[in-house]
Order: sequence, then C-alpha cells, then structure tokens
Amino acid sequence: MTTDILIIGSGGAGLSAAIKAKELGCDVVVATKTLPTNANTCMAQGGFNASNSDDVQTHIDDTLKSSRGIGSPVMIKTMCEKSNDALDWLLALGVPFSLDDNGKLANRFMGGSTNKRTYYAEDYTGLKILQTLYDTCLKNSITFKENYYLLNLIIDEDSKEVSGATFLDISSGEVREIRAKSVIIATGGYSGVYNGFTTNGFGSTGDGIAAVIRAGGIASDLEFVQFHPTALKKSSILISEAARGEGGYLVNSDGVRFIDELLPRDEVSRAISKELSQKKEVFLDVRHLGSEKLSHLLPQELKLCKIHEGLDMACDLIPIKSVAHYTMGGIEVDQKLQASRLKGCFAVGECSNAHIHGANRLGGNSLLEIISMGLIAGENASNYTPKKIEKENNQLLKDKAFINAIYSTFTNQINFYEKREFLGKILYHNAGVIRNDTGLKGVLSALRQMQKEFTFMGISDKSKEFNTNLVDFIEFGNALEVTEMILVGALHRCESRGAHYREDFPQTNDTFKSHSIFYKVDGVLCAEFLKESDCSTTASLHKKSVK
Amino acid sequence: MNIIIKRFDKYKEPNSIDMSYPVFEGLTLLENFLKIKTTIDPTLVFSGVCRSGVCGSCSVMVNGKAKLACSYKPKNGDYIEPLGYHEVQRDLIVDKNKAHYTLKTSHSWLNGEAKVENSPKVTVQSDCILCDSCYSACPVLVVNGDFLGPFALTKVYRYTLQSNDNKTSIDAIQKNGIWDCTLCGECTIACPQGIDPKMDIMNLRSKSVQSGYNDPNFTNMDFGFGGFGFD
Repeated sequence: MTTDILIIGSGGAGLSAAIKAKELGCDVVVATKTLPTNANTCMAQGGFNASNSDDVQTHIDDTLKSSRGIGSPVMIKTMCEKSNDALDWLLALGVPFSLDDNGKLANRFMGGSTNKRTYYAEDYTGLKILQTLYDTCLKNSITFKENYYLLNLIIDEDSKEVSGATFLDISSGEVREIRAKSVIIATGGYSGVYNGFTTNGFGSTGDGIAAVIRAGGIASDLEFVQFHPTALKKSSILISEAARGEGGYLVNSDGVRFIDELLPRDEVSRAISKELSQKKEVFLDVRHLGSEKLSHLLPQELKLCKIHEGLDMACDLIPIKSVAHYTMGGIEVDQKLQASRLKGCFAVGECSNAHIHGANRLGGNSLLEIISMGLIAGENASNYTPKKIEKENNQLLKDKAFINAIYSTFTNQINFYEKREFLGKILYHNAGVIRNDTGLKGVLSALRQMQKEFTFMGISDKSKEFNTNLVDFIEFGNALEVTEMILVGALHRCESRGAHYREDFPQTNDTFKSHSIFYKVDGVLCAEFLKESDCSTTASLHKKSVK
Repeated sequence: MNIIIKRFDKYKEPNSIDMSYPVFEGLTLLENFLKIKTTIDPTLVFSGVCRSGVCGSCSVMVNGKAKLACSYKPKNGDYIEPLGYHEVQRDLIVDKNKAHYTLKTSHSWLNGEAKVENSPKVTVQSDCILCDSCYSACPVLVVNGDFLGPFALTKVYRYTLQSNDNKTSIDAIQKNGIWDCTLCGECTIACPQGIDPKMDIMNLRSKSVQSGYNDPNFTNMDFGFGGFGFD
C-alpha cells in the first residue's frame, strides 16, 4: 500500500494532522492498533488552554515556569500563539464546548495557571474533541487501517530518510508495509510501562518511541513522568483534579490533612507517597460537598468510585494513590516536529518531545498540544519532498522473520505477563514519584535481566488471526526498550526538577539544566545531556559523531 | 463464582464453545478478562482500552444485554458473548466496520457552518463513545440489515442542531433510516452514556416532515387500497 502521508495513531494528534494534510490535497492513511477513537485523548477531562492576545504572554510564562527551565521558549511561544486559532478550528468543526450563563465560552482555572484560560466541554472535553475529529475524518474520506500494529519504520540506511512503516495486521496475522512520502508518528505516551500503576488505557507502551530508537533516531527526557495525585487505590482509575479544585481534601489514615491539595501535581504526589511509605493510607474526602453538589460537579467520578471501589463519594472516604499519568519525554523533534537524525518522519503529541512541557506539564496544555501541533505536523509533512527515489528495502522481510521467530523459536518458558506485572511494580516503587540511586540501579539490573531473558519468553497462543497474546508480547518488548531509557535518564539526572524527584539529590542543579538524549549505536543504548541551545537546531544533533 | 464466555474461532471445530472461568471478585468484567488472559488462558481475545467507560471498545453481551465490560461487575453464572448484529472475528472481538459505515451513509458530520450557540443542545448526543451497544440492541436489524441504526441517527440529529445546512444529512436518512425505526426504545435502555436515540429519531422525523418528507409507512397505508395505486 502506498500513500502520500502515513499517520500512525488515531488519537487527537493523529486525527488533527490527518485532517490538515487531507485539506492540503494529500492522500492520507491513518493506521491504528485498535479502532479510531480508542485513544487516551478520550480520557482527557480538564480542558483545552487557549489564550487571547491579552493573555498570551502570561500563558507562555506559565508554561515556561512549569517546564522548570528546560522548555523551549520558541516552541512554547508557537503553541501559545496558535492556541486561539486551534480553539476556533475545533469550534468550526462542531466541538460543543460548554457555554456560560451569558452564552459565552466557559473557561476555568487549572493548577499552575495565572489566568482562566481552560475551555471545556463538561467533563468530557477530550471525548467530544476526539469524536468530532473522527466525524470530520469520515466527512473528508480519510482512509483508516484498523488493527494495524506498528512494528518498524522503513528507513534508508544511507540517507536516513523514512519511506513508510511495517505493521502487524492483527486481523490476519500478516506483516504488511505502507509506503509513504512522509510519516507522522502520533502513537501516544509510555505511562503504560508502569503496568498496574497508571491512569492510562491499555497499550500506552511507547511503541512509536521504540520504533524511532530502533531506526536510529533520538528520544529525550524520558525520565520526566507526571504522576497524578488521585487515582483509585485498587484500579488506578483517574479521579479528576476537579475533585480537589471543587474543595476536596486529602487526609491520611489518622484523619489529618497533610498537604495543601491545590499545589502542583508533583508536590501533592510526593506528599501522598511519603504518607504511603509510612504505612499510612491516603484518602480523598469530598463528603462535605454533599451528594447533590457531587452529582452535579463530578458525575463521572461518582460513577467510577461506585463501580471500581464500591464506594459512595458522598458518604465514604475514597482510598487513593498517585500513579503514572502523562509522559513529558519522547521522540526528540526539531522545531518543524521532524524526528532528529531522521528525514521525512515527524512526531507529534505525547509520543514526541517538542520541548513544550519540559520537566512538568501545565494542566490543559496536553489537549492544546495535540491539536495545535497536530495541525503543524500535518502541514509540515505535506510540504515535505522526499529526496530519494524509493529503493529496495528489506524491513518487511526482517519483520516477517521476527514474527515467525516468535512463533517458532521463542521458547515461552518464562511467562512475560508475570514479568510485565513485576516490572510495573518495581518501576513504580523505585522509579516513580520518589527516586534514589540504589532503587534505580536495582530496577535497571532487573530490567537488563529481562532483556536477556526475552527469547525465553514468548506466546502461548499460536493462532494467526487476532492474536492479542502476540501483540501484548511485542508491546512488552517496546516497554523494555523505553523503560531502559527512563531508568538511565533518572539515574544520571542527579538532581530534582519538576516531575523528576531524587531524594538523594533533592535540589535543582543547573548543571543539569539540559535535555537527556538517548540513541542506539550497534544496539547499545547511549545517553548524554544536551543544553536547549544545542538542541534548537537539528544540526548539532546530526553532527554528533557516532561512537 | 463462575462466568461463561462464548468462545469463537472460525478455524476450530466446533468453531464455538462455551467455557467457564472463575470470577476474580471485586474486579470489573474487563479486569476479569485481563486476569483470565494473563493467568489462566492467554488465548482469550477481547477488546478494551480506557478501563473507565469512555473509549467504547469493550462492549459485550451479558445475559443478552449489551454492557461495557469495564463498567460491569460480573455475577455468578453470567453468560458473556460478543455484540449482536456484528460479524464475530474471534472470541469477543467483532467487526465494527459495517456498523460504523452507517456514519458515512448517513453523513453524520457537520455540514455547513457551526452554530456555537447551540452547543448546550447537544450535550448528551455528543457524549457518544461508539460502543455499538445501541446497535446491538436494535430489533430492526433482525429484519433489515441495512438499517442505519441508533448511534448514526443520534449523531445526525446532533449535527442538525449545530448547523443550519442539513439538507444532505436529512436526505440521507430517509431510506433505511428514521422511518424504519419501531420506536421500541431498546437503544435508549442500552446506552451506557444516557443518550436517548429514540427521542433523537422522533425529532429527526419532525425535521424531515418540515423539510417536505412524509412518513412512508403512513402513505403506504393508502386507506385500504394496499399501496397498489390506480394504474
């Protein structure tokens, strides 16, 4: 199959890019490992930041401050200046944002914002945006390839130009390729590596990031993972920040409030983790708001507490913990969102690191990023002219051989589901909210052991069609690649900054006011730190000599 | 406690069997599927993403009624099978292409320009998560497989409220659309998001009449002449 633009991922970033590229006259194919709209975008409740001309500088300042010194002023300025246009674009497509009593668009404060600039559609902002984008894609006859699971990018070894990707067609079990003039990766974040300790949906395993690393590209700042303070204790289901915004308390098992609930997410999460490490329980207490107010303000939350914990928020304390929620790091891209060291390959949304969120993300900026940057990615990919005529490429054959090997030579003597669960647990406890040298080294050695044992793992289901056991296994392989980078980054960043907190280095140290950069040489992971000024042009990243 | 899952594999003989699995108490049905897959039987195949009722991927039939697996706690003896009126691909996974193609047939998107002031009118309709529960509950599909079905019509209604240029979509829902609905309300009962497609279809009928369309069921009655006409 051949197209102009191949987009991998069907969340908000992928669909915005698709609509833009189609509008510019390109043929577009969107490949997704599930069905379109089954993406984490639908879970975003809080809202969409948009700043008018009076507020835009404050929006830039708020975002820069939240990035703790490692956000790119250029990229942040681009995003904030385009925020109002992005909101208008969504309104023109028919996203029904909430209105206030005067019929004007309603907005609210989010933590860390100086002004009210977060626009919302009840508590279903992401869902309504995503569904409306999908309807628009159907209107514009955009082609979808469903149940297409990304395996690898097709890359020319000499020019480093990407000319498509290989996929496992889950429905048939065949490995297939889609060739394109340019590729946009929009595969989402990697909070899923914290298996059992994440608010994310299944499958947030950083597939796109792992594919870029294997293709010789760069990932950056993977150690920055935002932990959401209030997830349900048993199921890790997200209870929105609105619960605290509306006046909810956090109390420990002694009934004591131990933190100002409205501090930034990283500070609240650390306070909760400290209580839990002292063998105390932590609860969200919204009982004083009363059942009527709760059913009006937090209908989704009421329902989720009932289903998952069997508790009524109006009369019960809700046991909570902080879990992985959003990943700031990702595919290192230049200011055109082109993946560093690769050509014709763009990355956008949570999978990318456009240096917008830096060390911590401002609430309401994630939906803004996927839309505003999605449109830019769609435009830049459309304008990209491939340098080389397509050459023979054996990626398809390699990947067919790899899938065959999983069926025939991977021994399946070790149950990878057990390892996946174990990795999630040790990662959460040692590379989670609070980190230290010993714990990180311990997990890293356990991880490297799992990498060695990978061929002794494998699949029990030998069917070809809809083999989700196989998909889970390949996802686990990607999770191992991504986790190694999280750990190496966290271990070498001997300071605390934003969402990355080292109890052995609790201060911010400006020696580390830089980005952690990851790439592979001969299959071995290499890491270094680069200052923002050195990242701002791809030239320096391209120049870096390969050891 | 046990649940029974109807398994399906077109390459096996017989291609469908009922299998009983223990229930992991306190967990949702989706978490049970995951536990079964990771600890008992890795060949069990199901869909699920968000775990919190907003992605629409995990709907299945429980004792004949469509449920989101992530929002349902299983009970002893529950019988779990794939959604109705969808081709089963494997176990609990169904092909949603045919059902979702109704979105294209019915032009359920914004035609013309958006009327932002009407956003509050579509608060409920725009909560649709495309889980296909309503489609799976609709008895019209037994007799007419080409029926557009509830969720597409609800989406059409949503966009007619948001735009003043609705000719294409109103035209598109006359055949195999609003007039084929029996107004039984099963879709409304099935919707996990509290959407009322039956009411939306009734409203689309009024809009259609305003646009010059008639109820074909009514005209076909022909007051006893059996619709044969006079020629």
